[in-house]
Order: sequence, then structure tokens, then C-alpha cells
Amino acid sequence: MNYHWDWAVFFKSTGIGDEIYLDWFVAGLGWTVAVALVAWCIALALGAVLGVMRTLPNKALSGVATAYVELFRNVPLLVQLFVWYFLVPDLLPERAQVWFKQELNPTTSAYLSVVACLAFFTAARVCEQVRTGIQALPRGQTMAAMAMGFSLPQVYRHVLLPQAFRIIIPPLTSEFLNIFKNSSVASLIGLMELLAQTKQTAEFSANLFEAFTLATLIYFVLNMSLMKGMGWLEKRVAVPGLIGSGGK
Amino acid sequence: MEFDFSQIGPSLPGLAEGMWLTLQLLALAVLGGVAIGTLIALARLSNNRLLSGLAKGYVNIFRSVPLLLVITWFYFAVPFLLRWITGSDTPVGAFASCLIAFMLFEAAYYSEIVRAGIQSISRGQIGAAYALGMTYAQAMRLVVLPQAFRKMTPLLLQQSIILFQDTSLVYAVGLMDFLNTARSRGDIAGQPHEFLLFAGFVYFVISFGASRLVKRLQQRLTV
Repeated sequence: MNYHWDWAVFFKSTGIGDEIYLDWFVAGLGWTVAVALVAWCIALALGAVLGVMRTLPNKALSGVATAYVELFRNVPLLVQLFVWYFLVPDLLPERAQVWFKQELNPTTSAYLSVVACLAFFTAARVCEQVRTGIQALPRGQTMAAMAMGFSLPQVYRHVLLPQAFRIIIPPLTSEFLNIFKNSSVASLIGLMELLAQTKQTAEFSANLFEAFTLATLIYFVLNMSLMKGMGWLEKRVAVPGLIGSGGK
Repeated sequence: MEFDFSQIGPSLPGLAEGMWLTLQLLALAVLGGVAIGTLIALARLSNNRLLSGLAKGYVNIFRSVPLLLVITWFYFAVPFLLRWITGSDTPVGAFASCLIAFMLFEAAYYSEIVRAGIQSISRGQIGAAYALGMTYAQAMRLVVLPQAFRKMTPLLLQQSIILFQDTSLVYAVGLMDFLNTARSRGDIAGQPHEFLLFAGFVYFVISFGASRLVKRLQQRLTV
């Protein structure tokens, strides 16, 4: 059997309505971005709270955050996704179960599950970065702020966090990129994001090399442009006076 | 909802088979990944512009795509490629295609660790090795790499723990690894939730225990 190369396949009709294959990729990319961005916002907020908790003097609070991190970092992403998609809905009260399983359309319920999964999964990683960022700051800063009469919440809000967040932009960038890549697991619960659309194109058109090459290219360009964007942000908000912030 | 874990005991032999496949896949992928990763790291550090450029491109591409994409890619593509190479139909299972995907994908990540390891060895050592009349290959094999590997063992192991968790992605191509076995057994037993939780628990215990050991090792190795 010979393979029939056809790079024009993306402009051919899919046979469904008047869609061409390229439309599928655009729709898929849309879902990938929609999953990643929403999950990232939640992960960032939750991760920041957990990261702060881990650095607090209160043993109980830091213990909870540590347990959270260990749990979510040591269970595979796919297991977590299945828990969110198959198990968690069954734990909801009767009324919410009916809503989730019958009234929501399947795409929406898959979307909600994967966003929850990635948000909680990534929050554990964000938490570790935030903690590292806070602990990288000299202890003298906290003490100086305390001596000036700041309360603990004020120390975090005005002294520690504004600096910590700026220091940890590089590691946060890689988590941000990871959430886009990890969103591909959504294809396994039937959400038609980029990978699922690629598979579907490969199966419908039989031009699998072209389909997967395009998908690889899209992920690559997405990754590179996000990295460039974050590099720009990093430069703009660099804390003056640190080695990493360039000679000034 | 009530949980009932009664069927897990009788299913343990079947689950162990799944775990065996997971561990085989892991061991082979780590060996292949580190071997290829070391070659890529050496290429990346070579003075040959073309070679280091290719290595850099390889690492950049594999690090910017999802592992799941690579697994799916290879599952579809490996049979085609083999047919081109050998000219005849060569049956290749999901295990082989997944293994190749893991090796090539992880090599990109391992190569970055190895590169950092090599760069942490002082330049004078290579100079000394050359002065003793060693060739480049000898200097790398006998002087630089043994020390570099010693330094980066904790990082390589940490990456392998991540890989251990990521092997569960072979679910996408229907390979019966630990997670997939647990899911199908759970469905048969009518206790899918319990089997899923059990699988998560086993993954947790292994990853958690292993990362604790790695941390200990790291403390011992740091001077």
C-alpha cells in the first residue's frame, strides 16, 4: 500500500456540511485555548493561596497545603481526570447529578471536568513555585516590615508577594506552557480539542502524516509565541538590582 | 454513594500483570531515553554548528508538544514507517510504538539534564584528559560522563518518576498498563470508582515513596 501525500488536504471538504479540515483545527485550537486559559486562572489563584499557606508560621495551615501538593503531584494526570469526570459527579447531590449527567450537553460536562482537573493539578505546581519565590526573599525584609508595624497580611500583600511573583515568572511560564500541553488529555474524555480534531482528521482523510504534522506545528508555534510573550513580561516587571534583571 | 472495595482482592493478580507492563515500559523507556538523551546532549555541546543546531531543534520540538500527541502520532505512524523501511508488512504492537514514542520524547527532557550535568564539570578536566593523550571519546567516556552522571542521578530519577506517572497515557492507544487494567477490571466487577481510587492510591504510594528516596539520595550526594 502506498501512502498518498496531499498537503492540500486541509482545504478539502470534510464531507460534513461545508466545513473544510482546517475548520476542525481552528475549532480544536479554540477549545485547547479555552481549557488552558480558564484552568490557568484558577490554578494561579489557588496556587498562590496554597503557596502562601506553606510559608505561614501556622503548622496546621502549612500542613494542609503540603498534603495538597503531595497528593496532586504524585497521582497521574489521567487518573485525576477520570476521578473528576467519572467519580466526582456521582458524589454530587441528586439534583446536581441529574443536571451534570443529563441536562448539560456532553461537551460542557467534559469541559468542566477537564478545567477542574487541570486547575487543581496545576495549582499544586504553582504553589511550589510561589513558595520558592517567597522563600528566596531575604528574611530581613519580613523583619523590617514587621518592625515598621506591618501586620502579617500586609507583609505578604505589600512586601513579599509583589516581589515573589516577579521572580518566579520563568518557572511559572513553563507551568503555563504545560497546561496547554496537558489540556490534550481532554481528547480522552471526548472534548474535541486540538489533538482530538487531529485524530479525527487523520481518520477521516487518511492523510495522517499531514494532520499530525500540522498539529505539531500548531503546538510548536503556540509554545514559542507564549514563551516570547512571557519573556517580554519578565523583562518589563523585573525586580531592579537582582542579577537576573540585567546590568543596570 | 457507598464504596465497596471487596472485588479488588480477587483482581490483584490481573492488576499485577498491568503493573508489570507499566514497569517494563518504564524501565525500557528510561534506558533508551537516557541513552538517546546523552547523545543529543553531546551533539548539542559539540563545536559543529549543524550538529548542535539539529540537537537544539529536536529538543525544542519535543518539549513544545504534548506527550499524548507523540504517543498518538507514533501509534499511527510507526507501522507506516516500518513498511517503508522494510518494504513488507511488519506487524508492530501498541507496546513497541509507545515505547519508541516515550524514548524519543523523554530523550529531549533527559538531554537537558545531561547537558547541565556535563556543563557542571570544570573545563580543566577535559584539558587534563587531552594532555594525557586521551581522545575526545575517551575523555567523555572515562572522565566527564562518569562524574556528570553521578551529579545528575537525582534529577534523572525525578524525571523518571514523572515518566512513571505519564506511562498511564498509553490508555489512549488501548495498551493494558496498570491504569487501563484497573479500569477494565473495575468495569467488569461493577466497581469502577473503587478500582480507579485504588489505582490512584497505588500510583501515589509508588511516586511518593520514590521521590522521598530520591530526596534522601540527593542530600547524601551533595557535598
